[in-house]
Amino acid sequence: MSLLRNLAGGLRGLFFKQQVEREMDEELRGYLDAAVNEKIRRGINREQAVRAARIEMGGAESVKQRVRAASWESLVETLWQDLRFGLRLLRFSPAFAAAAILSLALGIGANTAIFQLLDAIRLRALPVKNAQELTEVRIAERNGATGAFVSRYPNLTNPMWSQIRTQQQALSGVFAWGPTSFNISPGGPVHPVQGLWVSGEFFGVLGLVPERGRLLSPEDDRAECAAPGVVVSHAFWQREYGGDEFIVGRKITIEKHPFAVAGVAPASFYGVEVGRNFDVAVPLCAEPTIRSEFSVLNRRDGWWLTVMGRLKPGWTMEKASAHLRAISPAVFEATLPTEFDAGDAKHFLGYKLGAFPAGTGISGLRETYEDPLWLLLGLGALVLLIASANLANLMLARASAREREMGMRMAVGATRGRLIRQLLAESLLLGLAGALLGAQLAHGLTRLLVASISTDSAPLFVDLAMDWRMLGFTSGITMLTCVLFGLAPALRATRVSPGAVLKSSGRSATSGRARFGLRRVLVVSQIAMSLMLVVGAILFARSLQKLATLDAGFTQNGVLELDLDLTALHLPVDRRAEFKGLVLRRVRAIPGVESAAEAGIVPLSGNGMNRQVLVDRAGRVIEGKSELNEISPKYFATWHTPILAGRDFDDRDTLTSPKVTIVNESFARKYLAGANPVGATLRVKSERKETGLFQIVGLAKNAKLYDLREEYLPTMFMPVTQKEHPEQDETILIRSQASLFGLISVLKSTVQQINRGIDMDFTPFDRMVEVSLQRDRLMAHLSGFFGLLAVLLATVGLYGVIAYMVERRTSEIGIRMALGADRASIVHLVLREASVLLGLGLLIGMALSLAGSRVAATMLFGLKPTDFVTYVLAVASLSAFAALASFLPARRASRLDPMVALRNE
Amino acid sequence: MHGYGIAMRIEQISKGVFQVNPGSLFPAFRRLERAGWLKSEWRDTANNRRAKYYVLQALGRKQLKGETREWARQAAAIARILEAES
Repeated sequence: MSLLRNLAGGLRGLFFKQQVEREMDEELRGYLDAAVNEKIRRGINREQAVRAARIEMGGAESVKQRVRAASWESLVETLWQDLRFGLRLLRFSPAFAAAAILSLALGIGANTAIFQLLDAIRLRALPVKNAQELTEVRIAERNGATGAFVSRYPNLTNPMWSQIRTQQQALSGVFAWGPTSFNISPGGPVHPVQGLWVSGEFFGVLGLVPERGRLLSPEDDRAECAAPGVVVSHAFWQREYGGDEFIVGRKITIEKHPFAVAGVAPASFYGVEVGRNFDVAVPLCAEPTIRSEFSVLNRRDGWWLTVMGRLKPGWTMEKASAHLRAISPAVFEATLPTEFDAGDAKHFLGYKLGAFPAGTGISGLRETYEDPLWLLLGLGALVLLIASANLANLMLARASAREREMGMRMAVGATRGRLIRQLLAESLLLGLAGALLGAQLAHGLTRLLVASISTDSAPLFVDLAMDWRMLGFTSGITMLTCVLFGLAPALRATRVSPGAVLKSSGRSATSGRARFGLRRVLVVSQIAMSLMLVVGAILFARSLQKLATLDAGFTQNGVLELDLDLTALHLPVDRRAEFKGLVLRRVRAIPGVESAAEAGIVPLSGNGMNRQVLVDRAGRVIEGKSELNEISPKYFATWHTPILAGRDFDDRDTLTSPKVTIVNESFARKYLAGANPVGATLRVKSERKETGLFQIVGLAKNAKLYDLREEYLPTMFMPVTQKEHPEQDETILIRSQASLFGLISVLKSTVQQINRGIDMDFTPFDRMVEVSLQRDRLMAHLSGFFGLLAVLLATVGLYGVIAYMVERRTSEIGIRMALGADRASIVHLVLREASVLLGLGLLIGMALSLAGSRVAATMLFGLKPTDFVTYVLAVASLSAFAALASFLPARRASRLDPMVALRNE
Repeated sequence: MHGYGIAMRIEQISKGVFQVNPGSLFPAFRRLERAGWLKSEWRDTANNRRAKYYVLQALGRKQLKGETREWARQAAAIARILEAES
């Protein structure tokens, strides 16, 4: 009740301020009149009565001030006054305000953007109800698994899923899913969309409500798979069907098979994989129809599913894990691949299932980018700190300039608290402006970030909606920086003795070091932090450069990958090789095509296969693993990879001729002790059976296979012409100097002339290299940006302090010059000051960098985090900037006219 | 009563011991009013001028009673202590 009255009274005071003030005036006047009248009544003459009454009352203004101070609204009012006053002051120095706001905005913006991405891929729960119950079931430690891995998350096989579904007790509902890519084009150019294999329980367990139609149920996922319906995502429905009201029942072609749309998933649901948006969800049972001969549904060595469920009420992760461990032997006993030998089987049967929290979804993106993003967030925070230090420095400079003003105000009765409040209001204004601009910047920056880690084949989808965590983060760092750069200067500025300040009318001959200390500390810390950022930037730049210029074993530029799908032609197995040869010959005949070859595996595509090999060496058999690629003749010529010994595959190698193979240097080193391998023989072990003898006919130079970072892997190449069961797709690598655009259109017409039913897809190889270096490029660019920003800020900071010092010591310098000091010694004097700060900063920065850069170790390629060259470069570049920043004021000091400097006193 | 009247009354009753000056009086009014113990209104005075009159509210009366009792208790206690001392 009384709180309400207080509030109402206060608001009245704020909004009807004039009336309240008028009433107060009138009341005081009435009081004075009454006092005067009283005195006159007592017989004092009027003049003296007025005087006495006035003295009794004291200053009317001070009374009014005390009445005002009795209520809370005065606090609001003074804050408002402070803000207005601060705004006016900032308007007087627009350059200062602009620099301050911009540096804050950059710092806050960069941090916010990075945090937003982290929030989206790491911290946010899946958009389903009670997401915290979601649990993933997978093999706790699975290494050395063999089989076919056909998904981004090949965690389990379908037979395992069936076992888990029936045997587990820990989860109240379980489902399996796997991401994939579908071609939904009925013919012609492929139209890839993000697909999802889902078990019948998927939507039910997640508790989703359809936007249109119905979602899939266990009825849709029966073994017979009579009429499988599919569910499309809201985004897909809008994009491909324009939000068609009658979407339910429409046919959609998936890999040439028609499926009826059963319903549309709710708009908020993007799948359970963070960073990706699904387009079409298909029941597991339809997998054999869609993948036909590559189906892994019933294969015991086909890894493609991820199993998730909801934890039963009262169960903990530990209890669920214990339960899953207990049922593991039965599950793996029942799903053991029949072709495994004793060793593999023992390994397989030793697997243990475990439960893992999955409330924030599954994300491969997270594994790749979580650490880099945290690191970038740390670097961004450093930049923000440097910006704050810079601002604190500027504020300190302003505060010293306003020393006399502060002294004066304290002398006429302002309290220290009031002055601090006023100074803080100024920094609050700067902070708010910086945060607002920063939020705007962050918006664009996040989009840029997302674009830079997105790829054509797997577009990144993240929900970038503002949420409370985001708001909290931005306002939190803003508050922090405000206090950081505002409080110290405010405390310092008001720690003056009014008398002392007013007495010292001019500058003293030398400026005391004490009042200067804080600014030195700030500059030293700025230099130290900048060095850390510059070291980081150079480390990542050098790492990227090493990756981009390393000898991959092939020439990256000018190669186009052409993928052909021949499924629609229904070629019998024995005609496939001939047909593919025909296509390859036609492609080679195109003018401008330097060279072309078939490849089973395209380097850096992430695909690969390996085999167990038995190599004969001097009467002994050495067994081990080797990568395998099936290629046509001219493959090495197309890559510009030299054949070091022996020969390339050619027309001699046919189905009936002796089996041949080419190996790379790594292979030769591992199995043949680096001797010339030509003439040696090997066997390949495949599904427990051994093949006949292959004779090595060539030795190829090493080349990267999966990733640019890897060590060269032992690899053997087999000719496609000796392949027993050619597949129905063909990948041709084409080297040409012709323009990409022209080449693609000629290729299209060439292939269509052969047969109109062939699906095709083009990928320039350098694009693939770019994608494989995406993370390194992101780190190099962002840390470079941060480093540059840091150096600029630190340079400005150092310049500010040195220039200020020169100004404060003008008269001292004047005296020195009058006494005969020459210009060089004055420059020396100033530079000595600067180099002490720089040296100290570099020393501290070096120690911090050496300690901190260890975090980046795993993200670097080809150099250690303590890379000597990097440190030299960082120190040199930072010193160069610092020298520039201090030389300018030094030169100004040396050009002082001693007479002018002394007259200043 | 209006502000000056109250000040005079206090001075008279205390026989000149307490002279309340406006710098303390008016802020106190503002606080008491905000607490809901006093109500103020503009009225004409005896010599035909406008003045702000302060009236004790029910809530204020209750508060006064409580405070008076508490004061009496403390004053008595202090008196006893001083007596024992002498």
